[in-house]
Amino acid sequence: MRHATASFEFSERVGRAVHLAVCGAVLVFLVAPMLVVIPLSFNAEPYFTFTEGMLRLDSDAYSLRWYRGVVEGAEWRLALVNSIVIGVAATAIATTLGVLAALGLANPAMPGRGFVTSLLISPMVTPIIISAAGMFFFYSKLGIAQTHLGVILAHAVFGTPFVVISVTATLVGFDQNLVKAGASLGGGPFLVFRRIQLPLIAPGVISGALFAFAASFDEVVAVLFLGGLQQRTVPRQMWTGIREEISPEILAVATFLVMLALILLGTVEWLRGRASTKPGNAD
Amino acid sequence: MARPLRGARLRAVALTLPLVAFVAVTFIAPLGSMLVRSFYEPHVADALPRTLAALRAWDGSSVPSEDTFRILATELRWLDEQRKLGAVATRVNRLESGMRSTIMDTADALSSAEPGSWREAMIARDPIWEEPSAWLAVRRAGERYTMRHYLNALDLDRDPSGNIVAQSPDRRIYLPLLLRTLGVSLAITIICLILGYPVAYLIANASPARSNLLLLLVLVPFWTSLLVRTTSWIVLLQNQGVVNDLLVAAGVIGEDGRLALVYNMVGTLVAMTQVLLPFMILPLYAVMRSISPTYLRAASSLGATFRQGFVRVYWPQSLPGVAAGSLLVFILSIGYYITPALVGGRTGQLISNMIAYHMQESLNWGLAAALGVILLVTVMSLYLVYNRLVGIERMRLS
Amino acid sequence: MMGNRGEWTVPPRRQKNIFSALLVTTLGVWSAGCGTEGITVVSWGGSYEAAARKAIFEPFTAETGIEVHVESFNGGLAQIRAQVETGNVHWDVVDLEFGDAVKGCDEGLLEVIDIDELPPAPDGTPARDDYFEGTYTDCGGGLVYYSTAYAYNRESFPGERPSTLEDFFDLAKFPGRRGMRRVPLVNLEMALMADGVPTEEVYAVLDTPDGVDRAFRKLDTIKSEVVWWEAGAQPPQMLADQEVAMSTAYNGRIFNAQILEGQPFTIVWDGQVLDYGQTAIVAGTPRLEAARQFLIFASRVDSIAAIGRYIAYSPTRRSGMSLIGTHAETGVDMRPHMPSAPENLTRALRNDPVWWTNHAEELTERFSAWLAR
Repeated sequence: MRHATASFEFSERVGRAVHLAVCGAVLVFLVAPMLVVIPLSFNAEPYFTFTEGMLRLDSDAYSLRWYRGVVEGAEWRLALVNSIVIGVAATAIATTLGVLAALGLANPAMPGRGFVTSLLISPMVTPIIISAAGMFFFYSKLGIAQTHLGVILAHAVFGTPFVVISVTATLVGFDQNLVKAGASLGGGPFLVFRRIQLPLIAPGVISGALFAFAASFDEVVAVLFLGGLQQRTVPRQMWTGIREEISPEILAVATFLVMLALILLGTVEWLRGRASTKPGNAD
Repeated sequence: MARPLRGARLRAVALTLPLVAFVAVTFIAPLGSMLVRSFYEPHVADALPRTLAALRAWDGSSVPSEDTFRILATELRWLDEQRKLGAVATRVNRLESGMRSTIMDTADALSSAEPGSWREAMIARDPIWEEPSAWLAVRRAGERYTMRHYLNALDLDRDPSGNIVAQSPDRRIYLPLLLRTLGVSLAITIICLILGYPVAYLIANASPARSNLLLLLVLVPFWTSLLVRTTSWIVLLQNQGVVNDLLVAAGVIGEDGRLALVYNMVGTLVAMTQVLLPFMILPLYAVMRSISPTYLRAASSLGATFRQGFVRVYWPQSLPGVAAGSLLVFILSIGYYITPALVGGRTGQLISNMIAYHMQESLNWGLAAALGVILLVTVMSLYLVYNRLVGIERMRLS
Repeated sequence: MMGNRGEWTVPPRRQKNIFSALLVTTLGVWSAGCGTEGITVVSWGGSYEAAARKAIFEPFTAETGIEVHVESFNGGLAQIRAQVETGNVHWDVVDLEFGDAVKGCDEGLLEVIDIDELPPAPDGTPARDDYFEGTYTDCGGGLVYYSTAYAYNRESFPGERPSTLEDFFDLAKFPGRRGMRRVPLVNLEMALMADGVPTEEVYAVLDTPDGVDRAFRKLDTIKSEVVWWEAGAQPPQMLADQEVAMSTAYNGRIFNAQILEGQPFTIVWDGQVLDYGQTAIVAGTPRLEAARQFLIFASRVDSIAAIGRYIAYSPTRRSGMSLIGTHAETGVDMRPHMPSAPENLTRALRNDPVWWTNHAEELTERFSAWLAR
C-alpha cells in the first residue's frame, strides 16, 4: 500500500465510501421490512401506515388492541396449537431419520453416496407447488389428506434435508477410526453412537432440528393442499388474512414470528459458536 | 479386510435406508402419482365405453352412423340420471369449447324421449352433432393414455386430422408464462448478484466481530417467516403504504400520483429479491472468506489499480460463489409460488401460480400435472448442474 | 474433542421423560383435533359470515348441541368437486351461489333433498309454495337475495360523483382504479349493460359469440385499471384504503361498512345484478344426518329472515318478507338498504343461474386466459 500513488488512495477511498453506502442500503433493504411491521402492529388505528399521532409518539396512537384480538381469537389459538403440534412431530420424525441417514452417508463405505444424497436433498429444491400437488393426489388416495398425519408427514419430508445437511456438515472430517476404536473397546453400536458421535454432532442435530421446525412453522402450501379446517396453522391463517382482509392483527402475529425467528437464529448461532470453539474442530 | 468393509457398508446402508424409504413413500411416490396424472386420464374412457368402441370404427370425417348416435344418447342419458354427466362434459369441453353445454343440453332434451331417429333428434337439438369436430372431441377425450396435457401446456393442439399445430392465439398463455417465469428468475438472479456481491465482500473482509454482526443482519430475514416478509412488503408498497407516503411527503410525487408498487410485477420483483438475497450472499461469503486479501494487496503493490486487481485477481477467485449463489437463487425463483400469489396481482404471476390455479380452481388436474412435470424437469436439470458444479454436500445452511 | 464428551448428552432418564411428554402432548392434541364432533359449514367470511353465525349457526348449536365449525370460501364448485372426486369430503354444508347450486346438484356433487322435507311457513304454507319461484333446487332451498352493485368512497370524489353503471366504465370522466370480482359472472353482464344493452336482452346477447366478444371488449377498456378481488370482504377494505376509487361489491358488505364503521361509501344501484344463495350438503359427507338437520334448520323462515337483521340481504321465502325490520345492533331500518327495495330496482338485472350453469366453464376458462394476457 505504501507504494500506491496518491490518486489510487483517493479513488480507493471514494470507492470504499460508495461500497459502504451500497452495502448499507442493501442491508436496510434486507432488514427494514421486518422492522417496519413491529411499530405498526401497535397502531391504534386499523391502518398500515404511520399515523400522525404515531409519528408524534403520542401514546394514544399506540395500543395493544391487535395483540388482544390475536390472543383472544379462538382461530389464532387453534392455529398456534396446530403449528406447534405439527412442527414438533414433523421435526421429531425429520431429526430421527435425518441423523441416522447422515451417519450412514458420512461413512466412506456407503455405496452410491452422491446419488442418495441428492435424492434426500431433493425435497428442498423441488418447487413447493409440485410437491404439494403430488401429495394432494397421493395422500388423498391413502386417505390421509385432511388429517394432521398427512401434514406432519409432508412437513417431515420437507425438514429432512435440513437435518441431513447440518449433521453432515458437523461430520465432515470426523475420524471413522474413533468409531472403530470405540467398538474394539467393546462398545456396542448404540453406546459408541451415544458416547462418541452424538456429542460431536449434537450442535448439528440441534441446528438441523431448529431449521426443520422453522421450515414447518413457516410452511403454508402443503397445508393449503392437505389441511382442512382442523389443520389450520399460523401461516395458513395469515395466508387467508393477507389475501382477503389484512387486519392489523396479522402485523401482531408477524411481530411474534419475527421474535421467534430471532430466538431460533440466536440459538443456532450460539450452537455454531460452541461447535467452532471446540478443540480439533475448526469449523 | 473384505468382511469389515462389507459390515461397514451394510451398516451405512441400514442407517440410510429408513430415510430413503420415508422420502420414497412421502415424497417420490406423490411426484410419481402426479406424473401419472399428466398422461393417464381414464375418466371419459370409463364413462363412455360403448360410444368409444363404436367411434373406433368411425372414419373421423363423415357424420357417424345412427347406431353411434343411439349408443352415445343412451350412455349420456344414463350418466345424467346418475348425476355423473357434468364431469364427463367438462372434460370433453376442454378439447372443444362449447361441448359442455351441448352435451348437457342434449342429455336433458333426450331424457324421456324415444325418437325414431336419434341422429335427427340430436342434430335438431344442437347442429354441432353434424360436425366431425364434436365427435373427434369425444373420441380424444376418451383416450386413456394421452399427450394432450403436454401439448396444451406447450400451447399446441391437434387439428382434426391429428397433426400437431399451434394453439389459437387467444389461448396461447402457457409458453409466454413459462418464458416470463424464466425471465423474471433471471432478472432476480442478476439483481441479487449485483446487490449481494458488495455485501458479501464487505462481510468477508471485515473484522471477525463486525463480520458476525453483519452476517446476523443477513440471517435475520433468512429465518423470518416468508409470510411475514411478504406482508411487510404489502404494508410498505401499497397505495397508502409507507413508501408512497414517504414519496408524497418528500414531494417526489403528488397525492394523486401515488405509484402502483404492489399487486403487479414490481411487487413480485421487489419482494422476491429481498426474500432470495440471503441465498446469494451466503454462498458468496463462504467462497470470499477463503480468498486471502494478500492477493489483492500483492496486485496493488505491483502497481495495479483496485479495479484491475479486482477484475484480474479477486473476481475470478470468487466465481465459484457466484455460480453457487446464482444457481441457487435461479432454481428457487423458478418455482416460487407464495410471494407472487400474494403480491403479484394479475401481471406478477409465475408458472407455479398457474399450476395452483389448475389444481384448485379449474380442476384441470391433468394440465396442472403436465405443467408441473415440465417445471420439475427444468428445476431438476438445474439442480444436477448445481450438484456437478458446487456439490450438494457443500451446501451450508449458515 | 473427547474432553467435551458428555457435554451434549442429556441424562438418559430425562431424555425419556422429554420424549414421552412430547408424545403425550402430540397425541393428546392431535386426537382432540381429529375427534371434534360437529359439522363444517362453509360460508363467505367477513360481515356476511358474522351475520350468518349470529342468525343461524349459533342458534342451531344452542338448539341441537351440534357444533358448527365455520370455514370461509369465495364461491365456486372447485373445492367441493375436488373433495368428491378424491373421496375425502371434509366440508358438510356449503352456502353456494344459486348457479353453482344448480350445477352442483346436476353433477351429483350435492346431496338431494326433497323440498317437502323443508319446514313450512309459519302459516302452514308448504315450503315449495313459500319459496319465490326458482329459488330452490333438488338439493335444497334458497337463503337470501343479495346484489352485486358498485360502490365508491365519497372522499375519492370531492367533485362530481359517479351515478350510473356507465360511469364505472368511464375512465376519462372518473379516473382511478376499479375493483372487480375475479370471475366472469356479473362482470360480463355489467359490461354489456354499460355498453348499452337493455337489461332484458343481456343474456340473449351473451348467448351469441359476438355478444361475449362485445362484453370482453368493453372490459378491455378498463382492464389496465382493474384490481381483482376474490373475497367479499376485500372491496370495502380497498375502498376504505382508497386502493381503488370504486369497486363492485356485495351490497351487504358495503352496508355494514357504512352502518357499523361509518365509512363514507355510496352504493350505485344502477345496473345492479341480483342473485341469491342456497345452502346445500356436499355429496358423500360422513356426517349426513347432522348436515341434514342443519340444512332444515337453516331453511326455516325465521333463520333466513334473521340474516336480514345483521346484513342487508332479504329472504327468498315469501313469508319472510314481513319479517324485515331494523338492524339488530344499530336499529337502522333495513328496508331501503335491501337490493329488492323498489327505489333500488330502476335498472336491475336478475342473474340467470341456468344460463350460467351452461356457460360458466367455458367463460371461466376464457376469462382466465384473458386475465393472464
